[in-house]
Amino acid sequence: MTTSAVEATPYNFAYLDEQTKRMIRRAILKGIAIPGYQVPFASREMPMPYGWGTGGVQITAAIIGPDDVLKVIDQGADDTTNAVAIRGFFARTAGVATTTQTGEASIIQTRHRIPEQPLQSDQVLVFQVPIPEPLRFLEPRETETRKMHALEEYGIMHVKLYEDIARHGHIATTYAYPVLVDGRYVMDPSPIPKFDNPKLHQSDALLLFGAGREQRIYAIPPHTDVVSLDFEDYPFEVQTFDEPCAICGTRGTYLDEIITDDKGGRMFVCSDTDFCERQVARNQGVQNQSSAAASEKTEMTDA
Amino acid sequence: MSDILESPRPAAGGAALAGGFAQPVVDAQFVFRSVMEAFSRPGRSIALPTRVAPPPPLTAEAGAIALALFDQDTPIWCDAPLAGDPALRNWLAFHTGAPVASGPDQAAFALISACDRMPSLSGFAQGTAEYPDRSTTLIMMVDTLMSRDIVRLEGPGIEETETIAPAPLPVNFRDQVRANHALFPRGVDILFASPGKIAALPRSTRIRANASREG
Repeated sequence: MTTSAVEATPYNFAYLDEQTKRMIRRAILKGIAIPGYQVPFASREMPMPYGWGTGGVQITAAIIGPDDVLKVIDQGADDTTNAVAIRGFFARTAGVATTTQTGEASIIQTRHRIPEQPLQSDQVLVFQVPIPEPLRFLEPRETETRKMHALEEYGIMHVKLYEDIARHGHIATTYAYPVLVDGRYVMDPSPIPKFDNPKLHQSDALLLFGAGREQRIYAIPPHTDVVSLDFEDYPFEVQTFDEPCAICGTRGTYLDEIITDDKGGRMFVCSDTDFCERQVARNQGVQNQSSAAASEKTEMTDA
Repeated sequence: MSDILESPRPAAGGAALAGGFAQPVVDAQFVFRSVMEAFSRPGRSIALPTRVAPPPPLTAEAGAIALALFDQDTPIWCDAPLAGDPALRNWLAFHTGAPVASGPDQAAFALISACDRMPSLSGFAQGTAEYPDRSTTLIMMVDTLMSRDIVRLEGPGIEETETIAPAPLPVNFRDQVRANHALFPRGVDILFASPGKIAALPRSTRIRANASREG
């Protein structure tokens, strides 16, 4: 398996050359040792445009091995352009197995979501990050933001959240909601909805973040305290939805709005397509089971 | 150059060329994932089976880590028993191309074989407040990870508590590790390499005060 996977392709295994992988691997190790700190790295040009996940792709390429099973999601979906392209990229250049099932993957590369199904300790979640610096829109100079991180000077971020409240009556940040990692670094969790922020806290899985254009890698090790910034009188809250998913009927998942016609018709469905499909299959299984039980009226030995 | 000419050519050359990864791409990835797992779960022993065969006193595990992570961009520092061995120097030079650091405070990686006589952690590169990643990663070759001198750990990567018990270590190692953590986010990161197993002690890890005997 290993030999054929490496030799059967005209590409270097997982596209990147070995020296680039070593450089990225060293940055990943420093990132894990300093949770939430953005490690600079010499990001390479990848055969896809910036903004399509070049940072995440480089991390995945540096960590993936022949035995890994890769899942790629884009806003929760396995079947959107970005996810299909990146999955195909690694199937071709690394010869690895791919999956859409969250539970079967050893590496999950994601754009802007964390899967609904809780991750396991043997999984790694790789985030694609557009702007890694949480202070960037408040302070455009890298020299200054670096100093602010060094001095743990994060007052400006709280002022920003306060201004949200003054203007809108609540904290209006709904995605890329800033977090404090292990009580030290304020970090941008990438543009995941704040609905997913609680999953960062004490995660069983290692979380790696890659920003290709901005040339930064950072990490949250498993079982690390990750606190979403807030105020005592305006505590952090996640989005809630009034309706269940229109496809699988599950409540408590993150929903996407789908416009169905030009007359204002809309539906809300799970953004995590794998989760939604499995819920549908489970519902059908329960229906089949109950209808079978009703028709036969036999004694059930196992549920 | 003079080293190479003076040393018995065939033996030294052969030794320097042999003992690397059998499959450099796959083996480096495997070793890196083991190291990443170790850093993600500080203190936990991670199996590292390897057939890398560096010249002694460099161990197979430390040699494999060196091959996976060192290259021309990483100045390395070796402690006296390693630095004094030309065969080892040639082996590292051939397989990794890593330059020798002018001092421990200039090193990206440090290879340490005599851990009980090693220099203080504060002598290595600590990184800066703005770039704490520019610090030394120490690869310490220990005889065991399961000595009787058990240290309890907590921090990122550790669910409740974890224990680690490498030996041999310098007498005041706990105090050094505490001081190293107190510098956070600056400080060094440590990777223990014992026969068949590795374990990490990154700067983020705290030593728990406990009742067991102090080192």
